[in-house]
Amino acid sequence: MNGKRMGMATIRLERPPRVRAWAAVGGKKEKDGPLGAEFDQVFSDTMCGEKTWEKAEVHLQKVAVGMAANKCKLPVSALDMILAGDLLGQCVASSYAARGTQVPYLGLYGACSTMAESLAIGACMVDGGFAQRVCAVASSHFCTAERQYRFPLAYGGQRTPTAQWTATAAGACILTPAADDCAPVRITHVCFGKVCDLGITDANNMGAAMAPAAYDTLRTLLSDTGTQPKDYDGIFTGDLGQVGSRLLCELFSLDHIDISTVHDDCGKLLFDSKQDVHAGGSGCGCAASVLCAHLLPRLADGRMKRIILAATGALISPTSVQQGESIPAVCHAVVLESGGKR
Amino acid sequence: MDVTPQEYEQMVREQSKPSPLLRDMVWAFAVGGAICTLGQAILDFWKKTGLNEKDAASATSITLIGLAALLTGLHLYEKIAKHAGAGTLVPITGFSNSVASPALEFKSEGLILGTAAKMFTIAGPVLVYGIGASIVYGVILVFLGV
Amino acid sequence: MQYINAFVVGGIICALSQILIDKTKLTPARILTAYVVLGVILTAIGIYKPLVDFAGAGATVPLLGFGYTLAEGVKTAVAESGLLGAFTGGAKAAAGGISAAVFFGLLTALLFRPADKS
Repeated sequence: MNGKRMGMATIRLERPPRVRAWAAVGGKKEKDGPLGAEFDQVFSDTMCGEKTWEKAEVHLQKVAVGMAANKCKLPVSALDMILAGDLLGQCVASSYAARGTQVPYLGLYGACSTMAESLAIGACMVDGGFAQRVCAVASSHFCTAERQYRFPLAYGGQRTPTAQWTATAAGACILTPAADDCAPVRITHVCFGKVCDLGITDANNMGAAMAPAAYDTLRTLLSDTGTQPKDYDGIFTGDLGQVGSRLLCELFSLDHIDISTVHDDCGKLLFDSKQDVHAGGSGCGCAASVLCAHLLPRLADGRMKRIILAATGALISPTSVQQGESIPAVCHAVVLESGGKR
Repeated sequence: MDVTPQEYEQMVREQSKPSPLLRDMVWAFAVGGAICTLGQAILDFWKKTGLNEKDAASATSITLIGLAALLTGLHLYEKIAKHAGAGTLVPITGFSNSVASPALEFKSEGLILGTAAKMFTIAGPVLVYGIGASIVYGVILVFLGV
Repeated sequence: MQYINAFVVGGIICALSQILIDKTKLTPARILTAYVVLGVILTAIGIYKPLVDFAGAGATVPLLGFGYTLAEGVKTAVAESGLLGAFTGGAKAAAGGISAAVFFGLLTALLFRPADKS
């Protein structure tokens, strides 16, 4: 095994890549949520002035990438690579957003784990010297996801208490090499997760389906790096929601590890429980926007020193749900540290 | 520690909040009852205009379906349905909502392949099995009658 | 009195299906399909007609009533024209409702814009 891998599955980045700049955009419900003021831009119109919701999601992603690049004082065309993902079939929101940028593009699908997946791959690319300026971005849109996975919006269905609310949001990060002193955050470790499936079939209880994946990846990362939950200022899972978060803490408590004091969840942070989102937020844009609106600024100014972002994804399609398959899930983790010149 | 799918299922059941059954049932009863009462009033109205029993029943269905489609278009039906659950799902108005909502939503894929083709994605099975069952019933009647 | 019967019977039918929604993993489409087929069966074995006489719209407005309409239509048509009636009776009796759903659904799509849920 070469020097960059440690333990079972963790990758130690020898020259920790930096997160130079980031941007988060969201919709109206996200604006009304607890993190509303921390977004770079919010759209009160869910169509974002476009003709369809799919176009609106493309717009969200374009704006996030453009703003993040702009904060580095770079045109988007100066990027070496865009790593992007979303929830739409064939990952089209990302592809359409990358169309016209003239930047090499990789479309990723990790469901709601996509932001951690793109950050982790981007960090490896930069550490390996394969790219200097990588954009990692993910988006989701409530309306596009809902009509793809569930029912038309105007259909009078009832949501169960365990259901989660897909965020209308996008987050984009620009990664640069370790030598970039201006960049305030660095990525020290990444851990790509295995696909876990404990047999949950209820597509309205994604948090429960994804908690075992989060547990598996986090346990691997902690043991590979020889760290404890208390060594981090926060362990942020992506989109487990209320139900999945409780299950994750319970799974760890079976190992006599208490993560509840440092654990929080992007799906719980993005919305207030009064916003009628049931078990919390979800979607690629949830972890992406919470990272870019809430977590990265805190790492940048030193309010937090070291965190884990462990974004989880439920790897289902409408067809697999109809065929009664259980829900496989994956979780990718990224260790982020405050660092760089103040 | 590794948990088995059976142990995990148990954990999930304990942690997942169940739907508030009693509250949901009260809502379903009240709204469903109200829609049926409205239906009765509409039925009496059509009878008063001189329609016979059967035609008045058809006219009542058509009226309720039209009203529900209008409420769907105004995005009010889903707001009531969020609380009413089965109260808005089970009456014929729910059938109308299940036809009008995909018709409206899939307009973005065009009036042929979107609106028209997707119109019966939810309500289609109701017609298929409803009409199917009625034909089976009819065939049985024919053979019993012979 | 007819109004109270309609309210109570219609309400009970809806409240019972709420139990199915909350306590089982049945999707709405499955519940509706089951209700229509059940309506046909209950009418066929003679249980539903008395309920319609008692509750009026309380029994005809829920989707069970759609099954009742189909079954009654078939029964009448079979009496008139035999086997042909088995095929024409149901759809003929339900024609108003089905055509209205198609027409008003189309009209809704043409007149309104899709909007977000909040």
